[in-house]
Parts: sequence; C-alpha cells; structure tokens
Amino acid sequence: LFFHHRSRCCAPPRAAPAMNCRAEVLEVSVEGRQVEEAMLAVLHTILLHRSTGKFHYKKEGTYSIGTVGTQDVDCDFIDFTYVRVSSEELDRALRKAVGEFKDALRSSGSDGMGQISLEFYQKKKSRWPFSDECILWELWTIKVKVVNLVSEQERQICREKVGEKLCEKIINIVEVMNRHEYLPKMPTQSEVDNVFDTSLKDVQPYLYKISYQITDSLSTSVTTTMCRLIKDTLAL
Amino acid sequence: AMDTDLSSQDRKDLDKFIKFFALKTVQVIVQARLGEKICTRSSSSPTGSDWFNLAIKDIPEVTHEAKKALAGQLPAVGRSMCVEISLKTSEGDSMELEIWCLEMNEKCDKEIKVSYTVYNRLSLLLKSLLAITRVTPAYRLSRKQGHEYVMLYRIYFGEVQLSGLGEGFQTVRVGTVGTPVGTITLSCAYRINLAFMSTRQFERTPPIMGIIIDHFVDRPYPSSSPMHPCNYRAGEDNGAVYPSVEDSQEVCTTSFSTSPPSQCVFTVTKAHFQTPPPVVTDTLKVPMMGLAFSHQLSSSRLSCQPAALGVGSADMGYPILFAGGLNAAHPHQLIGPGREGGVPLIPSQPAHGTQADQERMCTPLDGGHYSAATPSSSEDTETVSNSSEGKCGSPHDLLETIFIRKVGAFVNKPINQVTMANLDIPFAMFAPKNVELEDNDPMVNPPDSPETESPLQGSLHSEGSSGSSTGNTHDDFVMIDFKPAFSKDDILPMDLGTFYREFQNPPQLSSLSIDIGAQSMAEDLDSLPEKLAVHEKNVKEFDAFVETLQ
Repeated sequence: LFFHHRSRCCAPPRAAPAMNCRAEVLEVSVEGRQVEEAMLAVLHTILLHRSTGKFHYKKEGTYSIGTVGTQDVDCDFIDFTYVRVSSEELDRALRKAVGEFKDALRSSGSDGMGQISLEFYQKKKSRWPFSDECILWELWTIKVKVVNLVSEQERQICREKVGEKLCEKIINIVEVMNRHEYLPKMPTQSEVDNVFDTSLKDVQPYLYKISYQITDSLSTSVTTTMCRLIKDTLAL
Repeated sequence: AMDTDLSSQDRKDLDKFIKFFALKTVQVIVQARLGEKICTRSSSSPTGSDWFNLAIKDIPEVTHEAKKALAGQLPAVGRSMCVEISLKTSEGDSMELEIWCLEMNEKCDKEIKVSYTVYNRLSLLLKSLLAITRVTPAYRLSRKQGHEYVMLYRIYFGEVQLSGLGEGFQTVRVGTVGTPVGTITLSCAYRINLAFMSTRQFERTPPIMGIIIDHFVDRPYPSSSPMHPCNYRAGEDNGAVYPSVEDSQEVCTTSFSTSPPSQCVFTVTKAHFQTPPPVVTDTLKVPMMGLAFSHQLSSSRLSCQPAALGVGSADMGYPILFAGGLNAAHPHQLIGPGREGGVPLIPSQPAHGTQADQERMCTPLDGGHYSAATPSSSEDTETVSNSSEGKCGSPHDLLETIFIRKVGAFVNKPINQVTMANLDIPFAMFAPKNVELEDNDPMVNPPDSPETESPLQGSLHSEGSSGSSTGNTHDDFVMIDFKPAFSKDDILPMDLGTFYREFQNPPQLSSLSIDIGAQSMAEDLDSLPEKLAVHEKNVKEFDAFVETLQ
C-alpha cells in the first residue's frame, strides 16, 4: 500500500467515491513497447460502453440521441484488435494520457510498475460557500508491470500471450458492464454537464478522469522498512 | 393484475426492438468475420436511421438471410436465433468454429421501462457484442482468410445445436437484458481445439484438415439453411438483388424523455438503397455487394476503387481508403510518394455533418514507402500509415478519384506549375493553398550557400539541370512531405526525415570551389622545391620505414 506518489491528473479535482461506487482492477504484464496499445485497448473498450451519442434536447423535456460509430484498431506490437468509438477527439485524449503514463513508466526506473485509473464521476452542485462535489460512481484500475525481454523468440511469444490476456480482459470488462448496476440517471438539459462530457463533437462519454501512479519499488522497500520500524518501536 | 401487464404500445415497441436487435446482432457477427476491419462514423445529429444509436451497416444479403431464418418470428423460450460460423478450406473441408446464440428465457422483469431502459441496454449489449466478436479465436482466423480457407455463416432459428463444435468447447457470455416478457441472453460457444494452433501454423500445414475430415459425413441435423460465405466474390453472385424489404425502410427515431412517462415516437423514413456494380480488383478480397472496401495492397501496383454509392442513410460511412490527403499537421502539404506512377489523390473531405477539421491524414496506395499492408509504420496519430484506419468519408464525397503524375523531388520543374487548381481535385478551391508555406520550407529556400559557380553544384541539387544559379535550383523542389521508409517520429528528437532535409543541401566543400582550389594549387607549386629538399634529407628514414613494411 505504500506507493511513491507521482500522480498526475488530467482533469478536475479528485472525486470522492459514492457509496455504491464500483471498483474494478485489471492487471497486465507487458513489454515496454506494448504498454500504450494495451492501455488504449482497455480504456477504449471501457469508454465504448460508457459513451452515448450526443444528446439533442427538444421541447417538453424530450431528447434524442446521436449515432455512435465504431472502428477496429489493430495493434502493432500485440496480436490483438480492439473496437473503439469513432471519435478522434476521444482517441487523442486517451493517447495523450497513455503517452504520459508510458513516459513516466519509462523514466521511473528499471522495475516498471504502475497503474492507470479511469474514473467516472458525477458533479453535484452545492450551494455557496461549498464547492461542487465530484462523486465517483465507477473506478477502473489497470495495473501494469513492464517486463524486459531479450530474445526475438520471447518477444514473439509475448505478442501472442499478451493478445490472449487482453482477450480475457475484454471479456472481464464486458462482464462488469453487463451487470447493469448503478448508472447516473439520464439528466435534464440543465444537468447534462454534471453527468456527461459534452465537449466532444461526435460522442458523449460519461464524465471521466484518467490519472496514473508509478510504483517506485525502491522507495517502497524503504518506506515499508521505516514503517515496520516505527510500528515495532511503538508496539513496545 | 392487468396494471402490471404490458401496454399494447409497449408490447409493440418491445417486439420491434427485439426484432431489430436480432437483425443487428447478425450483422455485427457476420461483419466481424468478413476478414476486414470495420469502420463506421459517428454522427452527432440523429437521422433516425440508426437503430440503438449505433452505426451498424446492414449488408442486404445478411438481413435477407436473417429474416428468412426468423420467418416472422421472434426469439422466445425454446426458439433461439443462432448464427453459426464455420471455416471451409480450399479443399472443401469445413469445420464449425462458433455458434452465437440469441436466446430468451422466462425470467421477466415487469418493472422495467421498455422504450427507455430496455432500448439503452440493448444498445449496450450490441457494443459488448462488437467487443467480444474481436476476442474469440475465430476472429484472428477470419482476418487471415482468403488463401487457404474462408469463413462461412449460417443462420438458423430453433434449438441450439452445439455438437459440431467438438469436445470441450467454451462459452462466453456477451450479456443479458431483462424485459417484461423474458430475459434476452446473447452468448457464444466456440471450439477450442483450434485455438491451440497459432494461425500461422494453420496456414502452413494443410494436413491439419485431418481433424475435420469426418465432420461432414454424419451431420446430426440436416442443414436447414445453406452456408454463406462471410466474404464472397461479387462477380460470381449473379444479380440476386435483395429487395429493400419493407421493414428495412422502417427506422426508429426514438425520443427519450427525462420526465416520466417516457415518450416514444417512431417515424418512418425511406432508406435509399443503391447497389453499385461490383468492382473486382487484383487484390485478394473483393467488395461485398453493396459496400466497397478498399484493400491493402501486397504488391506495389496501385488499384483504386470508386466508392460505392450510399447504402442506407447518408451518414453511414464505411471503410474507404484515401489514397492521398491533406496532412493534419501541415495542411498545406500534399502527401505523396516520391515514385513514378500515378497516385490517386483524394483529399479528405469534411465529414458529412461535422466540422471540417483535418482529422486524419491518409496514405497513398503505394507499396513502396507507405506499404499500406503493414501496420508497423508510424504510430503518430496524425499520420495514418495503416490504411484501414483511414477516415470514413461520406459516400457522396468520394465520387471522383483522379490520377495524377506525381512530381518527384529534385525534378527540374518550376513549382508554380504544380498548384492545387491544376490538380483538379474535387473542391479544390476549398483546399488550403500551399504557396506561402514554400517560403518557409528549407527544401525550397535553403539557408544561404556560398555563391559559386561550381559545376558540381548543379548535380548535387537537381538532376538534369545544367548549373543554374543558386537562386533557381531550389525552385525545382516540389512541395511534398518527405517521409522516408521505416522512420518513426517519436524515436529521436530528430527523425530520419528531418535529417534528410537538413543535410540535403550541404554547403559547398571549400576545396571544391575553384577559386580556393586555384589558390592552393599555386601555393603548392611554389612550395614544392622546398618540400623535395626536406624529403631528400630524410631519405634514410623513409627507407627504413619502408623496410619495416615488407
């Protein structure tokens, strides 16, 4: 539980989890060059399920929904293809976040462990002087371990293995999505920005935030030792 | 009690939802086994033609087969709709790979809102289906079909038959949706003894067919419906025109209300079906009737297909490969290979109904630099090296493709001859002018090099030009974005392309310039006697040195 925090947020303040917040954890072990594609595959699959078409509100509180297109993406370093929504803006946003994560992993040290979090939240307007609350309703954590391979043969096997692993992850994600558990209520026009990200022009994902942490194994061992020492001292 | 029973309107809606859900399910499954990457476009303004708010194309033949199998019925308890995917080798052996089952069980959810919750959950289920169809083992097999095997589909209605899948088949559940009349479940049972073989191994060793040889002999159930290839040659199928069946024209515009009771408004609009004459290319796969897919090239020859005219509503896009296009990063540059031969150039048009920002740049269909068949080129989001990720253009925008003779670098041709207007592309006048950027491009106006009239200078800069002055040589450069093969933008701060460009016009070597050369020669001649004298003095040392070498 002791991490050397170097977390970066790509969006507004940390959301507090709601009572019924779903939390899912996925773990993958990949080669350095596979990190980006693996992360994109998982994040896009989640967002495919958590995006709708653009809402168009009409009179009397009715609204219609735009159309979401999808497209297949082949991975270059993994024997794997994933489906994402056809939205360049969304793809760019995810690639940016994943790129930062990958760079941070690379520069962190030889162990290469970290995690990316995808949080879905709702905004709850509060009266003055309280600021708006962000209520987390679903949290996905993807733990990544980077492995270093030497031989070409190992790399080839890794391509296939990671591909198979990702297939499992997609099945896991779909399983969670199928539970039909809590989803924010469909908002009125005035509330739509508290539930959805309406800034994209072709799709409308639920409000989300991506952040990441790099696990620095060195400091983990130091902190663990220190904590143990202190605990032992206090135990008397 | 009667209150909790479904209202007749709700019942009608529910039946309609289930019917179209079944049809869309079949489309997603079959399209996922075509062997192609699927791409459809998002549209922010609903036209009312996209069921479940998803852009899923309808291949007419597939819809026809599905309706034939359903024969007016809907999935119910004991009556499941099944899509069977099998593989057939060039030798005629076939093997069942997957059975996708859309079933209904008795568990009812009376409380659920039909026109709202059920509809949205069905939409979610279709998304899950899109994702799951890419992760079962048959997907990777289907992507490699064409040479030694093809994928076939068969739709049947009734009892699920899983015996053809061999022992130990596995099941994956795609999802369930509860409705007031029962719970819809969607799952896939797939053969696994093929999964242990890598697809490469499968292609290399035909004897593997031994596993399935006995398959066809004792078929437990008579084939109630014929197999169909997921991907077939359009030419051979002789004009079986599938009528735009009445229901296909029915569209669903569902309005949702945030205040109960939710309203459901259905409008019927006409869908325009138009099947273009199929175009057979010299690549492996050929377009499905009704759709045009541009294909990867494995040869360096170029082929270009005219885009098919619209199937269905205007905002249904499909995977079209743009041969050339405007670079998203540098909108003034035309992307083109430095090769001889014509290159079809289709600038990416603003998407139908969306803003005209350059979302994607597309690569030319050239087997050389850009090798669209290999996805291993640049990952840069702004450059699409993998052709299938090309922008999905509206069908109506792609009616013309033109071939131009690409002007290569170093060609002695004044740049003002190559203007956008001359290229005669559609909407040329809307394309940004590339003139101003030339001034800033070092290729066109390089940093000052010494003003000398060396005969070598001409050959360094342009082929075939006869020692023109420095000012003009660089006008010969045509504005292209030079992308050397195998270069990636993110490996080094300076990539290969930048390196090329920077060092393409090196300044003259001083020793090559005549003046300086002439000067030093005179000096050399003068100092010659002195040098000879020194050498003569040291002749013994030189001789000793030479001895050591022998």
